[in-house]
Amino acid sequence: MDVGLMQMQGRLTDYMNSLFKEGILDSQYLELHELQDESNPGFVVEVVSLFLTDSEKLLDDLSRDLTQQNVDFKRAHAQAHKMKGSSCSIGAPRVKNACIVFQNFCQEKNIRGCLRCLQQMKQEFVLVKSKLEALFELEQQVVAAGGSLPKMQPINPSV
Amino acid sequence: MGMAAAESQFHVLAVDDNIIDRKLIEKLLKTSSYQVTTVDSGSKALEFLGLHEDDQSSSDSPSISTNKHHQELEVNLIITDYCMPGMTGYDLLKKIKESSSLRNIPVVIMSSENVPSRISRCLEEGAEEFFLKPVRPADLNRLKPHMMKAVSKDQKQEKHEEEEEEEIQSQKHQQQQQQHHQQQSSPRPSGNSKRKAMEENLSPDRTRPRYSDIAAVV
Repeated sequence: MDVGLMQMQGRLTDYMNSLFKEGILDSQYLELHELQDESNPGFVVEVVSLFLTDSEKLLDDLSRDLTQQNVDFKRAHAQAHKMKGSSCSIGAPRVKNACIVFQNFCQEKNIRGCLRCLQQMKQEFVLVKSKLEALFELEQQVVAAGGSLPKMQPINPSV
Repeated sequence: MGMAAAESQFHVLAVDDNIIDRKLIEKLLKTSSYQVTTVDSGSKALEFLGLHEDDQSSSDSPSISTNKHHQELEVNLIITDYCMPGMTGYDLLKKIKESSSLRNIPVVIMSSENVPSRISRCLEEGAEEFFLKPVRPADLNRLKPHMMKAVSKDQKQEKHEEEEEEEIQSQKHQQQQQQHHQQQSSPRPSGNSKRKAMEENLSPDRTRPRYSDIAAVV
């Protein structure tokens, strides 16, 4: 019995549960893991990495869009829609919700609301990014120690 | 060749402008043992299906080597996102249903937004299902019945066409035999026997439309 490995797995499980509790990740993230198998062991990392690079670009685009003379709210709305979709698909509800609020401000053509909300979106993004990176780090440690990733159920399954 | 298609996997064409959603739906479909092709727009989907955006007839586009009869490129189901720039999933659905060559392919719509009027509009236009995103593995269980139904519809149509062809052939054969017998029987004025032979020819024609009617209704 490798106590070290068990402890690592325990840490990983605790960390995952804390992320669910804080609403940073939801059950959709677990669905991604369900799809991962031996034929495609890097699936989750691949999809999450895509999300991270894609979202970073979208946030940069939005920053630029909102500083234009004539803000194109329709375009900003569409960009936020993309990010909303991606964050929903990987299971990052706080990012998703920030995008929804942003879209409402776009519809109202409320530039100040949009700018404030964009900050919120950036914060949530940075948060989920750092958490996911930490999570992957822990997972790698478990796998490197010869262990398997624990099967997860969220403590409080979100909608 | 038809038997080989029945044994091989169903082929699904997935349409979504979001790369993450494309990856997801592709994985979901592959996990359910479907062959998958993904495209990022409605117009690319139509191109893949061999249909140009501005015309209804199926034609071979020079930019792809697709041949409509190429078995491995046959599409058994189209699953498309609703919200896409340019051509929406709804627009794509309409184009497919308006096309004589594509309208029998079942179409499923996905959307991140739960808008009842949107859902009913799509279903009225002929979509088989409407999935809310994120799509889950359980949702995919609803796909197979639609693909099976479409395949059996095609097979029935093929069978009717074959039977119809056989009937035409056997009637022709019968007419030939009857003409032959008439010629051999007691001499009659040639005009009469010709008229009789012509009448024999006419009656089967009136009954023939039966099969094509049924095929059209199906």
